[in-house]
Amino acid sequence: MNVSERPLTAMIGLPDGPPDCAAYGRAGGWQAVRRALRDMTPEAVIETVTASKLRGRGGAGFGTGQKWSFVPRDPPATRRKYLVANADEMEPGTFKDRLLLEGNPLQLVEGMIIAGYAIQAGHGVIFLRGEYHLALARLNHAIAEARQVGWLGENILGSGFGFEIHVHASGGRYICGEETALLTALEGRRAQPRSKPPFPQVGGLWGAPSVVNNVETLCNLPHIVANGAEWFLSLGLGPDSGTKIYGVSGRVRRPGAWELPMGTPLREIVEHHAGGMRDGYRLRAFLPGGASTAFLDAGQVDVAMEYGAVEKAGSRLGTGLAILLDDRTCPVGMLHNLEHFFAQESCGWCTPCRDGLPWVERLLDAIESGTGEPEDLDRLHDHARLLGPMGRTFCAHAPGAMAPLASGLKLFREEFDAHIRQRACPLRETA
Amino acid sequence: MATILVDGRACPARMDENLLQACLESGADLPYFCWHPELGSVGACRQCAVKQFSGPDDKAGRIVMACMTPVTDGAILSIDDPQAKEFRAGVVEWLMINHPHDCPVCPEGGECHLQDMTVMTGHARRRYRFTKRTHRNQDLGPFLNHEMNRCIGCYRCVRFYRDYAGSEDLAAFGAHDDLYFGRHEDGALENAFSGNLVEICPTGVFTDKPFSAIYSRKWDMRGAPSVCAHCAVGCNTIVNARQGTVRRVINRYHDAVNRYFLCDRGRYGHGFATTPTRPRTPTTRQDGIPVPVSITTALDRFAAMAARGPIVGIGSTRASLESNFALRALTGPDRFSTGLPQPEHDLTMQVPALLRATPARNPSLHDMESADAVLVLGEDVCATAPRLGLALRQTLRRAANPAADAAKVPHWMDAAVRMLGADTPSPLRVLTPAATDLDPIAATAHRAAPDDIARLGFAIAHRIDASAPDVPDLSETDLQLADTLATALRTARRPLIVAGLQYANAALLHAAANIATALHAAGTDAALSLVVPDCNSMGMALMGGIPLDDVRAMAQAGRIGTLVVMENDLTRRLDATILHDLLAAVPHLVVIDHIATPLAQQADLVLPATALTESGGTLVSTEGRAQRFLPALLPAMPVQESWRWARQLSLATAGTEPDWTDLDQIIAAMAQDIPSLSAVADAAPGAGYRLDGRRVRSEPARISGRTALRAHVSVHDRPLQASPDTPLAPTMEGAYSPDIPGALIPFYHAPGWNSVQSLNRFQQEIGGKMRGGEAGTRLLDGTPHTPPNWHHDIPPPFTTGPDDLLLLPEYRLFGTEELSTLSPPIATRIAPAALRLGTMPAGLENGTTATITLAGEQITLPVRHDSALPPGIALCPPHLAARAFGTPVHIQLRREDAS
Repeated sequence: MNVSERPLTAMIGLPDGPPDCAAYGRAGGWQAVRRALRDMTPEAVIETVTASKLRGRGGAGFGTGQKWSFVPRDPPATRRKYLVANADEMEPGTFKDRLLLEGNPLQLVEGMIIAGYAIQAGHGVIFLRGEYHLALARLNHAIAEARQVGWLGENILGSGFGFEIHVHASGGRYICGEETALLTALEGRRAQPRSKPPFPQVGGLWGAPSVVNNVETLCNLPHIVANGAEWFLSLGLGPDSGTKIYGVSGRVRRPGAWELPMGTPLREIVEHHAGGMRDGYRLRAFLPGGASTAFLDAGQVDVAMEYGAVEKAGSRLGTGLAILLDDRTCPVGMLHNLEHFFAQESCGWCTPCRDGLPWVERLLDAIESGTGEPEDLDRLHDHARLLGPMGRTFCAHAPGAMAPLASGLKLFREEFDAHIRQRACPLRETA
Repeated sequence: MATILVDGRACPARMDENLLQACLESGADLPYFCWHPELGSVGACRQCAVKQFSGPDDKAGRIVMACMTPVTDGAILSIDDPQAKEFRAGVVEWLMINHPHDCPVCPEGGECHLQDMTVMTGHARRRYRFTKRTHRNQDLGPFLNHEMNRCIGCYRCVRFYRDYAGSEDLAAFGAHDDLYFGRHEDGALENAFSGNLVEICPTGVFTDKPFSAIYSRKWDMRGAPSVCAHCAVGCNTIVNARQGTVRRVINRYHDAVNRYFLCDRGRYGHGFATTPTRPRTPTTRQDGIPVPVSITTALDRFAAMAARGPIVGIGSTRASLESNFALRALTGPDRFSTGLPQPEHDLTMQVPALLRATPARNPSLHDMESADAVLVLGEDVCATAPRLGLALRQTLRRAANPAADAAKVPHWMDAAVRMLGADTPSPLRVLTPAATDLDPIAATAHRAAPDDIARLGFAIAHRIDASAPDVPDLSETDLQLADTLATALRTARRPLIVAGLQYANAALLHAAANIATALHAAGTDAALSLVVPDCNSMGMALMGGIPLDDVRAMAQAGRIGTLVVMENDLTRRLDATILHDLLAAVPHLVVIDHIATPLAQQADLVLPATALTESGGTLVSTEGRAQRFLPALLPAMPVQESWRWARQLSLATAGTEPDWTDLDQIIAAMAQDIPSLSAVADAAPGAGYRLDGRRVRSEPARISGRTALRAHVSVHDRPLQASPDTPLAPTMEGAYSPDIPGALIPFYHAPGWNSVQSLNRFQQEIGGKMRGGEAGTRLLDGTPHTPPNWHHDIPPPFTTGPDDLLLLPEYRLFGTEELSTLSPPIATRIAPAALRLGTMPAGLENGTTATITLAGEQITLPVRHDSALPPGIALCPPHLAARAFGTPVHIQLRREDAS
């Protein structure tokens, strides 16, 4: 694969660390922002991005150009607007944004200037996961340098467009990754999601029109603007455009993340890039795109990692970083671990999520530790049924938590029964 | 109007409401927790889930939260849908996971919304088999108990306390199922409306602490509609009583006045009626020592006194119209005093005239909430009329509505509206000598002396209407401020001017009237609200009488044989020397009161009166609304209503016998005698009112212990005699329905709804008028508008001499109003008295004491620096000095030497 086929990571992993402004420019950076600010109207930028069919890389996969198009366009100059980069990467098993943030922060800066120009926002905010200390240092350094060189500030390139970027290191709650809770947290209040409407594009940060985009989404923008929508469309193997940073964690030989064409089959990622399963372990099942996607069976490993195909298989592409379950790890234990995370990270705003998830966690804990009762499975099914569909709870946190549970209850029925029958975890000793 | 189909039943619904409101208004039982009619919807509890169908062919439907879904015409929904029912039962089951099963010992039991909703959803069997989480509770001060284990996380408390009432010392802490609603550390809740948490909390986390000490179940208490006596706003209350004692005061909804909320002074002020020192029997004085006597002896004594010279009566702005009228009947109008010293008397008398003469509206509290520009002119309404201050605070929330409309977000979508309105400029502007609680949310908070505020006010009026008089010699900054404020008011659609009597400054009232008149002439829908000090100041203004100064003159001329002072502690009204001279010139002093005042200690005869909770009568609120209160308890003789005492005094003297014996008759006599009070009878149905042919019962049907409480005396049921003054039956026998007139509501209850939330069933629409009719009647409406009548009494700029200070009364939420100060929970919240100074003279610093000399009397106080005060102004709590602050006075300040 040559450099133009992995645009996002081409400058990452160089011996001197992340490029500075000059090196970034020598390697092809700043072309896109020059083109956008000098030769393109904001509408033209939105049109190009819409034509590229770029979909949000944070997990929901919403069309980026479409999202921007909801931002009110009049009156453009007088109204406060915000662009927010969602860098609160807290999904278990997901570490793709970290790669981009630490490896090439200026790529994000350039992407944000382009997005800010497209929606005519004067201010950009990067909401960064609190534990990403190295990313914080590198971002602050990159932003300071960009400001000094003139890529940030008033009247960039004499275009009349001004843009500033502020970095906010999160206090550390998973719910801050939810775009409306992120905005509430940025305002200095409890990180609770907001009801929609109003959508953030109309009433977001401090009530002003705001767009929240994932880091990987924003990093794609310089390449789309520089090389055109047609080029971006040609990168994908199937219906989805561009490349994607895929990753694998679990008992593989080389866990990691790789930039690959959209639609690469998971089998290729696992066997070719991650080096296959470690000796003595067989693939049992996998979460294709992070902790809040449904389990797929080992037999579905040939699924193309693109939005439609994964959905057709019964799950979601999510963040595109798969977590593998092997045959020697207890699936009930894994579910307990996942639900512990979701229960703990519930913001406490709505009843079903706040009080339902801890009940699920305790049921799984009881089953895993050998004190499960047959009715416990009914309760787990109740929760999967009552909390699973969207709209029952205030935000998507609980449905996300129920995705692995509902699929796991089906897929691992025998293991659940064995736990309750034997009053112990059958896999405890072999693990 | 729209029509929605609820389980196949066509129900009318309003387009500006949500499905939950529409369902409740249709009479359906749909459970909810986090939604509150005054706080709107936030979708937190997920309890009001219903199934909505996209059309007649949609059989699957979709679960939606009724409170978060706007009404659309033709909407089809199902409450009974099995999936919706299962989900709602699930929500209650989740809520009950950590909720203790302590209902039998919980003070909320029997009026608990959580109990009602749990029964409504049918959750009866516990399936959660793990441990519950527990919390440590906090000491939140004298008003509220805190029992966090009962919390179901509905967020109503913080939404009310922070978003609605504007304080920050109650917050949500923690996350997931370990939420905690409390303060950052133990301590009294600071907000003036903290007591509403008792009614806001759907279960027993926040409960009434003073009530706990004398607790009774809701169903075991009698209730009576009452009116708060602790300021002039006239909030409607329900007084609960059992076994001859008042147990608590709760809110009684009035759509135009207090709606859902009371201030803490009103909720916890009722303890004045049970102080141990309260006079309970007639008392005469022999050789300076009080001696209890019988009613007959007392009346004989009075007859003997009356035979020796003319009687002069001093009424009270904290007594009912009826009591004042009865005293006036005893003495004759020429010898009846308003009980106010000249300056305050003159100002009080002016207020109804000003309101009538000004073409602007005289708004209700609810009306004020929708003002889009508010100018507060020299009145700390948060202290003098707290509930009015809370209404003004809501103008900020209303100001966000246009932003919500632009984003097509309904007004009841509370969190979204507040977020969208984050940038909306505040419509509030406050000009006061001292800081007020509204300052932090005001667009302008300007400090100046009352005269300078009045000058600004006159200047604003002139800038709105050039025919109004202009103010000479305004400073450059004041000119700019006047321009800014005039523009803000002139460009508003519904501007509101608020002023009051706090600083006894006539120019302030006149400036306010000029602005309101100018705004009206400029074509805005302007409103003018004038705040009077006491619960019946306005009633007194309409009744009229002579000022205290005239009484003094009559006394000095030897024209008073007996002075009858009713419910008025003259030591709070007059300087000690003046009062001393007055009493020295009067042969006999008779005091009728229900509290032991310093004045009563000097009386020759003290007659024990009823407190408001034990009597019927009428008060006129600051907006001119006559409102009736009815007895929750029947007083035990010899305690009786002041007006009954006055009637007996009339009988005891050789004068004419009054032709009235009960409340309705005295109201009729008053209406005939005083034209401005002719409509008072309309304030509430009279004693003859019958609902379905029966009196309204004042006790719930489930009341217990009716005979057992007296079993040691007799096991036989004792028929209670109904009071001739009220249409309420004294017992559980009687009629009860949601159609009871608003003025007669003894308690709220509906089948399945035992908590205060049953109020929904009593309203024509949620948050609207009562089905049985509005309580009270407005007395100042309907006067013809006259051409602008400008006031010209513009004061000169405020100046003081180098050693002079203008001493202003520092009116406080707790500690100023006379009656509530005697209530034990409130007494603990009264801050220490201090003399607050804007500029500290040399040699004085925080904590040192200084002596001020007022009319020859020396008062020593600790000094506090208050940088917000303008130069030359000092503040002193009026209750502490226990003397007249009818007019602000210039004082000299002297440092108290350490020796």
